[in-house]
This record gives sequence, structure tokens and C-alpha cells, in this order.
Amino acid sequence: MSLTGMVRPYGDTTGDGRVQLSFTLPVPFGDETERARAEGAALQLAAKMGLDPAMVVHAKGMGPDFTFFIVYGRVSHLVDLSAVTVTEREFPVLPAAEVNLRIRSALGRKLVVVGACIGTDAHTVGIDAILNVKGHAGEKGLEYYREIRVVNMGSQVGVADLVARAAAEHADAVLVSQVVTQRDAHLSNTREMSAAFHAGFGLQRPLLVVGGPRFDPSAAHDLGVDKIFGRGTTPSEVASYLVHALAGEGEAA
Amino acid sequence: MTGKLNLDPTVIAGARELARRAGEPVTELARTHTTVSVERAVLRLAGLDGADEDGMPWVNRLADAVRATTGLEHGVALPVWDAMLTGGYPDLRTLAVDAAAGLVKFRLPAGHEGDAASQAAFRSVKKGISRIDAQRAERDRMIAATSNPPMPWIYLIVATGDIYEDIPQAQAAAREGADIIAVIRSTGQSLLDYVPEGATREGYAGTYATQENFRLMRAALDDVSTELGRYVRLTNYASGLCMPEIASLAGLERLDMMLNDCMYGIIFRDINPVRTFIDQRFSRQVHARAGIVINTGEDNYLTTADAVDAAHTVVVSQLLNEYFGREAGLADAQLGLGHAFEINPEVPDSFLLELAHAQLIRELFPDAPLKYMPPTKHMTGNVFAGYLLDAFFNLCGVMTDQSILLIGMMTEGIHTPFLSDRDLALENVRYVRRAAARLGQEFRPEPDGFVAQRARQVLGESVDLLRTIGSQGLLTAIAEGTFGVTKRPADGGRGLDGVVQRAEGYFNPASDLLEVTQ
Repeated sequence: MSLTGMVRPYGDTTGDGRVQLSFTLPVPFGDETERARAEGAALQLAAKMGLDPAMVVHAKGMGPDFTFFIVYGRVSHLVDLSAVTVTEREFPVLPAAEVNLRIRSALGRKLVVVGACIGTDAHTVGIDAILNVKGHAGEKGLEYYREIRVVNMGSQVGVADLVARAAAEHADAVLVSQVVTQRDAHLSNTREMSAAFHAGFGLQRPLLVVGGPRFDPSAAHDLGVDKIFGRGTTPSEVASYLVHALAGEGEAA
Repeated sequence: MTGKLNLDPTVIAGARELARRAGEPVTELARTHTTVSVERAVLRLAGLDGADEDGMPWVNRLADAVRATTGLEHGVALPVWDAMLTGGYPDLRTLAVDAAAGLVKFRLPAGHEGDAASQAAFRSVKKGISRIDAQRAERDRMIAATSNPPMPWIYLIVATGDIYEDIPQAQAAAREGADIIAVIRSTGQSLLDYVPEGATREGYAGTYATQENFRLMRAALDDVSTELGRYVRLTNYASGLCMPEIASLAGLERLDMMLNDCMYGIIFRDINPVRTFIDQRFSRQVHARAGIVINTGEDNYLTTADAVDAAHTVVVSQLLNEYFGREAGLADAQLGLGHAFEINPEVPDSFLLELAHAQLIRELFPDAPLKYMPPTKHMTGNVFAGYLLDAFFNLCGVMTDQSILLIGMMTEGIHTPFLSDRDLALENVRYVRRAAARLGQEFRPEPDGFVAQRARQVLGESVDLLRTIGSQGLLTAIAEGTFGVTKRPADGGRGLDGVVQRAEGYFNPASDLLEVTQ
């Protein structure tokens, strides 16, 4: 199949354009009239979303005021693969031994990483998965790397404390995890953090890396950080990025 | 005892004895120290509420003023009620306002003046304890007037951040079949060294635990309990820097369950271990008096460590939670020990392993209302696979007679549940209960088969670990990362500056009243 051509969703036949979706409408699903009206409402939404024809395969009232729908339908839209843009990873993922070797030869000392969850975010799952020896997805965390020294400040760390600790530890990199996204707290916290590092360190600031399931990985520049990692990032990806950014590589990336 | 796993009763008794020995030195620490939050809880039980114009509660302002002058080594009660008597104050609030303005000269009264102060303090705090007793009686009355739902109780979470949004959601969830409503707290609250005041309308990923929010939600659930003819229980979270105070407020406002783990704050919130153990003892004494069922947090261990490798750390923590809970006066029926269905579904025989763990815990704690938590770690975003995993969780819960089932959402880890996610989750558990409620009675694992052997292996590993903890001391074990793979030294973490060693003559009327109940 061509990677630059036009495609449609695939149900069971090439080009059939079949998709499924489910949603809730704030409409009652009581007597026969209400049910007919609810299904009509669901079909109207499906049609406006470009499903033609569409079929309500399941409708269920939830309490007196809501109805849940599962809809199958055919979309006429074409997907233009040549117009799809992806961010390619700009660095190779290295095994732990190679990471250690590169740090040793490029820095001649341990690489220092300070990690924290900032703001009110108490979800340390992400930062712990990357930093703890235990690691994540079958990979050991950064504490496992002999040439990386990890300072994990834990959760709900104030930005000023993070800046002070990064200075005291002579951090090469600062890793910040943000899970909570209510009212875009992850974005405002990250901007506050990057502003504080830019103000406190100037050009000598440590590498700023943030991660979390709801970040847009292409927004690093906008948020004033060097790198954003999204959902599913593993410790070796982070370690490899740190080496790429801080311990040079044999050739230009 | 209708055991299915052929567990050796002497091994079980030995495990309990090891847990007691590991816990006792820590209990002694709690008996000889107090904390700022314990002292503030005394003031709350005596009826001091409200906050200054900056939102700082008057209990904090008053306790801080006492600490700055006489210190807290003798407790707040003597200096505070001495100032009440000698200053002719009409109530604690007026005293707190003056104290915050630096207008009160606190002292440690002696002789007759000391007796007068301690008697006045005792009378004031007794009013709060009596209200907790009355609320407990009111719960019994409500249950008699409605009905007590059969177990397993279905536990659902609401978490909008706005108490006035939470209320209709909680009522809707109750009408759809929830037996227990948990209002998740704002994620920042566990590390606040004060309890916010009033009805709150914004929080992060949850709603602040406040006395007024407790009252509003309990009243709303009373309405829906009467409407449904079924008592709907309310849960909130005590863990954090204010355990004693939140436990007191929960008792005063008739919450029914509280998350209260002996080590959760230490491991997962980096709260100082000593602070936590002192606070948890007082808070559990209040829960014991209030008839509140605690929920412990062992499920959390399995989200940071591997659920197969770390299965025994869950059992060890449960045995410690049981020791600390009983020591504080909780009945077995108040020990909602926690665990979770978190084994990687890619592991062969994962369901058999889950069955072994769940059945082991059921048999170790036959009278405890076990709280079983659904999969979270291996919920991948594939909502269809997640729905299947949740069904297996429900099946395991039904087969092993778990008491409280937290209902899993197929969109776990994606967003706070949609209305439809909750509805589908309830459909899932209703189907499993309808189809297999009596499967537990029919289920008899082979006496020396895979399930029974695995259960005995986990019990054996638990005993080994308890022995190690006993020889090095619980605080050292925590410092070395025994639980949840996180190292938490006894002199680290938040809140250590709020710990005070009790002096000779320390007086705490609440502790005196609560110790007597045992």
C-alpha cells in the first residue's frame, strides 16, 4: 500500500469507509416517542459528523435525562497520507551500557538529573516510572544507570525549591512530570518552571525536560523547555535523549 | 473457618505476632509524642471552626499562638482553657481572634488553676465526642429506617472539584446502584497543613475535604437513601498532614468510611514517617469511636511495584494496618483492608494468581470488609480490552467474596469517567453478580493445586519479610524502600517540624476520652 496515497477507513472491504463511535446526548429515552426522537437526534449528529449512511446499533437510557448511543456508519472523507506530518525521533535509542560509556567519555563524571512533580500534582507515577530503579515497561529507570546520578524530589515540589535544588546539585538536566491537566495546569506549571530556570540560570541553565500523558510533544519551544515526552515514554528513551543532548554524539544528529 | 487454601493456622498466628512486634515500637512513639494536627483536632472537637480572612483556620491560628509561647509539649488544652477562664472569653473563636492578634498571654496553669483549665477543656471536648456518638446512633437509625445493602458493596467515585456538581452526580450514581460514594479529594490537599473551610467549588482532579462539603454531601445522600430505601455510604480521605482533624470532622458529619492507611502518606506523599504514625493513631481512635470503616491503601503498592513480585508486601502492610487499627480500638468489621487486581494480563495464569491472592487475603482476614480495587496499571487505552479486564476483576471479586468492589472504568487513565463509562461499568458488575454470585460457594481450588500453592507461597514470603522488618525495625525498613520501592528515611519528608515530644503532665482531653473506649 502506498504511503503517500489516499485511504479511507477499513471495515471489512477496502474503501468501505466504515467507522464506529459512541456518545451520550442529554435527551430522554422513555416512551416510544422519546426513543424515536433520541435515535433521530443521534443520526442527525452522525450525519453532521460526515457519517452517511449511519445506523444506531444501540441506544440506552441512563437515568431520566440521558441516552447513550453506539453508531456505525460510512464516512466519505479521504485521508491524504502525503499530508500527514510526524515528528521523527531525532536521536537513536541506546542500550544502558552505551549510555554509560558516552557519559563517561564525554563528561568524565556522572550526569546529574533532578526530577520532580511540580505544582499541586501529586501523581508521581510518571516520574517514578522514569527515575526509579524499578522502571517501566520492562526497562529499568535512570537510577539503574551507573553514570547517572538521580535526585528525585517527589511530588508537589515548588518551582523555587526545584531551581534551588538543581543549582545545589549542579544538575545537568531537570525532569518534570505533570499528570493533572485540569484548567491546563500542566501548561501553566511548565511555563512557570521554564521561566524560573531561564531567569535563574540564563544560558547556563540545565536541560529542561517535561513529560506527561497530555502534552503535545511539538510544543517544547512554546513552553520554554528543551524536550517534551508524551504517553508511553520509556526510561531508555529519556536516557538516550539526555546523552544525545548533553554528552554529544559521534556524528551530527 | 471454611478455608479453601489449607493455610496453616500457626503460620498465620506467627505472622500476626511478627506484625505486632514490628508495630509496637511505633505505637510507643505515638503514645509519647503529639503533633500540631492532633492538637488542632482537640480544638475542632471542642467546636472551634471557621477561618480568618486569608482562609487560614482559627484552629491553626490558635495552636500556632500557643506553640509560640508555651510550646505544645503539654498540649494545647491547658494553656487554651486557662486563657479562656482567666480572660473571661465567651468562646474559642473570640480567643483565637485575640491570640492571632498577639493579645493573649498563654501560660501553663498549675494547681487549682490547672485543674480548672483541664476540667473546662474536658467539658468542651466531651461535647464534640458526644456529637460523634450521636452521629453514630443516627447512622444506625438511618440504616434501620432504610436498609443495609448486601455485600459486595459497589463503590463509585465522583470527582468534579465542585461540591455542587458532585452532589447531583453522587445522587445519580446512587440511583444507578452505587452503595458507596467516594468524593475524591483535590490532589493538592494531602500536603496542606490545614483543612480548608466552607463549601468549595474548585479543586484539582477532586474536591477539597472540608467540614461543610462533608455535611452537604451527607445530607444529599440521606435524601437519596430515603428515596431508594437503601443506606448509601459516604467515603472521603483522611490521609495526609491533617489526618487527626479530617477524621474528627468525618466523625462529626457522619461520614461512613475513610481512606486511612498507616503508611500511605509516607510512601506515596513523602510525609514524614513519625508524623504519619502519630497522626494515624489518633485519627483511628476517632474512627473507632465514630463507627467509621477505614479503607487502607495497599492497592497503591501494586501500581509502583510488580503485582506478582510484590504480592507479599500487600499482605505485610495489611497485617501492619490490622495491628495498628486494632491497637487504636477499631473492630475487625471496621478494617477495610485494601488490595488490587493489577497483575499484567500478559502473564500466563494471571487470573489464577489473582484468585490466589484475593482468596488468601479473604482467609487471612475473615471478618474484615475487604476493599478490592480494579485494574489501573494495565488499562492501556484499549477500552474494549479494558472492559474485559474489568469483568474478570468483578468475577474474581465475586468468587472470593470481597466486601467492597471499587468499580473499574474502561476509560481508566484516559479521562475522569463519562456518564456512559460509569453506566457501562455498572452494567458489567451487575451482569457478573447476576451470572456468578454463587460461584464462590462452588469454587474449591485443588488442595495442592496452583492456586493453593501460590497462596501459601505468598504467605510464606510475607512471614519472611515481617521477620526482616522485625529485626531491623519498621522505620528502618521504610527508609530502605521495603514498601512501594520508595525510600523514606525517618528524618525526611514533610511535617516533621509539626512533631512534638510530650512532656511530663501532657494533657489531651480527646485522647483521654478516646483511650477509655477501648
